[in-house]
Amino acid sequence: MNIDPKVVEMLLEGIRDTLFMVLVSTAAGYALGLPLGVLLAVSGKDGIHPRPVLYRVFDIITNILRSVPFLILLILIIPLTRFIVGKSYGPEATIVPLTLAAAPFIGRMVESSLKEVDPGVIEAAQSMGATDGQIIVKVLLGEARISLLVGVTISMGTVLGYSAMAGVIGGGGLGDIAIRYGYYRYDTQIMIITVVILVALVQVLQFIGMRLAAHLDKRKK
Amino acid sequence: MAFLRAEHLCKEFVSDDGKISALSDISFEVEKGEIFGIIGLSGAGKSTLVRCINRLEEPTSGCVYIKDRNINELSDKQLRTERRRIGMIFQHFNLLMQRSVLDNVALPLEIAGVRKKEAREKARGYLDAVGIPDKASAFPSQLSGGQKQRVAIARVLASDPELLLCDEATSALDPQTTRQILSLLRDINKKYGITIIIITHAMTVVQEICDRVAVLEGGRLMEMNTVKELFAHPQTKAAKRLLLIQDNNEEEAVL
Repeated sequence: MNIDPKVVEMLLEGIRDTLFMVLVSTAAGYALGLPLGVLLAVSGKDGIHPRPVLYRVFDIITNILRSVPFLILLILIIPLTRFIVGKSYGPEATIVPLTLAAAPFIGRMVESSLKEVDPGVIEAAQSMGATDGQIIVKVLLGEARISLLVGVTISMGTVLGYSAMAGVIGGGGLGDIAIRYGYYRYDTQIMIITVVILVALVQVLQFIGMRLAAHLDKRKK
Repeated sequence: MAFLRAEHLCKEFVSDDGKISALSDISFEVEKGEIFGIIGLSGAGKSTLVRCINRLEEPTSGCVYIKDRNINELSDKQLRTERRRIGMIFQHFNLLMQRSVLDNVALPLEIAGVRKKEAREKARGYLDAVGIPDKASAFPSQLSGGQKQRVAIARVLASDPELLLCDEATSALDPQTTRQILSLLRDINKKYGITIIIITHAMTVVQEICDRVAVLEGGRLMEMNTVKELFAHPQTKAAKRLLLIQDNNEEEAVL
């Protein structure tokens, strides 16, 4: 098995583009999804500030966004992507649909992490005269941090999977390479190599995330 | 004038089966510096009652006065300020598991707007006061139940309260640790002049520490007296029942 140095270069670029997309999209996804998740957790029925109507509105929006298959979303928002980035292909452009797909997913993850926080601890903070904002920052986010970090790891894995799908419309990165060579040119070898690299990337992200979570968790030591 | 007055407190919960009355027409007074017990079996409404005092639970009707200030008329902002002077400790301690012991004690200070460094310095002093200065950098999961409740008490002291509410604060502890925690509560009552209201289902707790006690059953206040009188001459069936349960428990303990 001899591999052309040009192919190696291409694969390295693919890894770089994929990581770029995943990191930026996950970060942007959290910029939208973290406030969304906090809002859902706080305004929900058992939240610290129940607001049934508000909750319902964001609950429905989140569900709608989450139920659009990523491949459809990718195509559906091409005009928006063009408007924001100026083109509809390549890694920079793919960040737009990735972020939009990740945000509601992340919102739900954050909501469920915050809901796991012991109600007794929240009550204790309320008994100290904490404001809702203080409870969110000092109690909810602080106590849920391990669960939130696990959420980040899962989100990155999901975004990585989505990013590969964007290869179909020339989204750049490893998925793009796999589809171009494996599907259009019947070059199975390169396709398999890219898949192996994708699997390895997920494993590495997962491993780092879990080790970090275990290291930071103060509950059992 | 009494330090704390509860007047005609009523609390109803609305459920699918209709209204459930958790508290009916509860009135009592607590004097400054007193240790006042509220005893009853589970479901008697004790926890609801104690939560009506700092409005973690809003009474359906009636009100609570602390130093002649009607708690139920306070705005949200005023209530938060008032709550800083009303400490509360819990059966399951309710410490922040991801914060060190020192940072747990510093939390009420941070909430009150004290800067983190200064809050930590002050917190150290309160850990001394509850007898665990060596645990400052430990995390709650590394502590025993008794130590956790000491941290919770230090956390309460940090906000310099006038009133301390104890919600089954010793129910998760063994008898020996219970005695130690009760004696710590008595110390802070004397040393800082903090008025204490203790919710419990255990007569031993009342006997050990309280000046006066109110007996709660089915959301009603059945009897209220000094501890001595109540033990010597219980007037109601509810009080007699609670005393009887205690005797049985002691017999079992001996056996």
